[in-house]
Amino acid sequence: MSECSDCRSCSTIPEPEFPQSAALPKSVALIGPPNSGKTTLFNRLTGLRQKVANFPGVTVEQHTGIAGLPDGRAARIIDLPGVYSLSPRSEDERIAHAVLTGAYPGTDKPEAILLVLDSTNLHRHLMLAAPILSLGLPTLVILNMADDLRKRGGHLDLDSLAAQLGAPVALISARRGEGMERVWEFLAGAMPIPEPAELPVLQDVPKCRQWAGRMGAHADYHPPAPPQWTRRLDSVFLHPIGGPLVFAAVVVLVFQTIFSYARPLMDGVTWLFETSGNWFASQIPWPLLRSLLEVVWVKGAGSVIVFLPQILLLYMFIGILEDSGYLARAALIADRTMARVGLQGKSFIPLLSAYACAVPAIMATRTIENKRDRFATILIAPFMTCSARLPVYLLIIAAFIPDRPFLGRFVSTQTAAMLGLYLLGFAAAVVTARILKSSILKSGRTPFLLEMPSYRWPTWKSIGLRLVDRGKIFLRRVGTVILLVTAILFVLTKLPLTNGAAPPIEDSLAGTVGRTIEPVIRPLGFNWKIGIGLITSLASRETIISSLGSIYGMDESNKAGLQQALRRDLTPGGALALLIFFAFAMQCISTIAVVRRETGGWKWPALQFAYMSVLAYTGAFLAFHIVG
Amino acid sequence: MQLDVNKGLPETLVATLVDLRRGDAAVLDRIDLPGDDARRLMELGFLPGATVVAGQSAPGGDPRVFRVDGSEFALRRETARRLKVRPTPKATR
Repeated sequence: MSECSDCRSCSTIPEPEFPQSAALPKSVALIGPPNSGKTTLFNRLTGLRQKVANFPGVTVEQHTGIAGLPDGRAARIIDLPGVYSLSPRSEDERIAHAVLTGAYPGTDKPEAILLVLDSTNLHRHLMLAAPILSLGLPTLVILNMADDLRKRGGHLDLDSLAAQLGAPVALISARRGEGMERVWEFLAGAMPIPEPAELPVLQDVPKCRQWAGRMGAHADYHPPAPPQWTRRLDSVFLHPIGGPLVFAAVVVLVFQTIFSYARPLMDGVTWLFETSGNWFASQIPWPLLRSLLEVVWVKGAGSVIVFLPQILLLYMFIGILEDSGYLARAALIADRTMARVGLQGKSFIPLLSAYACAVPAIMATRTIENKRDRFATILIAPFMTCSARLPVYLLIIAAFIPDRPFLGRFVSTQTAAMLGLYLLGFAAAVVTARILKSSILKSGRTPFLLEMPSYRWPTWKSIGLRLVDRGKIFLRRVGTVILLVTAILFVLTKLPLTNGAAPPIEDSLAGTVGRTIEPVIRPLGFNWKIGIGLITSLASRETIISSLGSIYGMDESNKAGLQQALRRDLTPGGALALLIFFAFAMQCISTIAVVRRETGGWKWPALQFAYMSVLAYTGAFLAFHIVG
Repeated sequence: MQLDVNKGLPETLVATLVDLRRGDAAVLDRIDLPGDDARRLMELGFLPGATVVAGQSAPGGDPRVFRVDGSEFALRRETARRLKVRPTPKATR
């Protein structure tokens, strides 16, 4: 299983529902500090009319969307990365600066700017206004979180602030849709721009902060009372004993939901696929085409699409944790453990999501500022037991380990074996991180800085939009790459034709390849059939099940038959070797591709693939010889 | 301004953010870090002269949350140690 946030080609293919910029009257940049509610406003302005791509050449995501104005015109909104300043030091800041000054290749210079600031934290956030306003573009200063400001007893005079800054100001709540008229009015170009009373101060940070303080003072800004609920919740979530307990409960809930409660949804998708595939197949008179449809559609695409519910559930959980502000606390609690292996708390979030799939996890490392920490996290993420390993583990454990009570009635030997494999992957990740951080990725420590935002209720709209986005991307991938790989494999088992008929499988092209690599895998206790399975599992790990099922000439839905066949062909040592091989090996083309893209070359993915393969081979070799 | 910095400790030790106990406030004096790192901290509000309040910490005491300029940020001990706070009237006696 894999998925990917975008493909380079998407940004060049014009989509019919997404008009090109030439047809649009305006391109407007949306910028603001992290935790200012920028994304909520972007969603409110553009709704479903948005697309995600990468900025050309770098891995920072570019969100663009179309905001339909009340008068029927449309403006193109570019959502820039959340930044604290425009001084180009991090990748995010460099991009924001380049886009705003029109220096970014492939992105038009925006005609106007929407600057989103948190009204409950005006002074600090106004420091970003200084460099933005001095760009000289028409800018609307949007003070978000108006509801919080009001509730906690803060206030300010909008007109005096606008007069001081020399920019129109709007006080809104993007979450509730309050005060949006001013934003639409600005986008329509119907807002006068006042002259500033005092030019923004840029030279150094303390002076800039003083300027922000003066702006606030002129506008009679009274900061709101401290967020009481956040303090109360933090005294539970960061409690020395209660905190870790809540943390553990959250992790267990996420896992339990993804692995157990998602089962009925997965079964539903499987049923839908098998029924539709079988119905289509029964309509086709030619047997070869019929079996192609069955294998490629039902067993190929179907075996991957069943993971859609899991992916969406995972993204829903991450969305809720992120939007509510809890994820920052979780990262804080995990920081100590991460520090022991030389990483930081921010690595924890990607590693947690790697339990579903390494691909989104590797993309989530973008939040880690330190490049070496980020690369170390990317390199260890594929050791986490992703959900594609789960079916493989289930099949082999069920075939070789008798189901007996192990620790009391609730933990059987099979469950213990499964937990052991999860721990094995985690241990490999931790040891590897330790090695990397004390050798090639040793880094001077950059300060660990993590903002603790106030807790907020997540909105269904924002989470729903994210799920729609991820779902579309995932289905697009299954419909292209995975269908293609499965179709190629199918053809290879039917060639070369002898007297117009498909050959026996060991003489087919696929069989020949399997027998060629057999000498290499023989020391691990694997035969050529397992070899073919291992090769196809490069596309996605669980492919080995459908490959072995068809190679052993059995119906894949008849798992007991496949288990018997495996018991005939594998010794217990060989089975353990296969499990350990899957725990360590990087059999996933999508992961390799995403690592290449995120690290900007073949060097790291090649190193990672070699390291994990050597570890997998050695581990499997030792397991086979010690147990066998 | 509140300046009740950790009265229990000798003044020579009451010099960095690490020495603050939960709820203690102190005035930041200087940041003992390389230029870019110091600038990053300053952009978040850790400016000389700003009042910093120590908040909750992660279990085990590290990292700790600090309140500054209306926001909360977590800093590791190794970073907090480099943020020197001004000797307060009470501490200098």
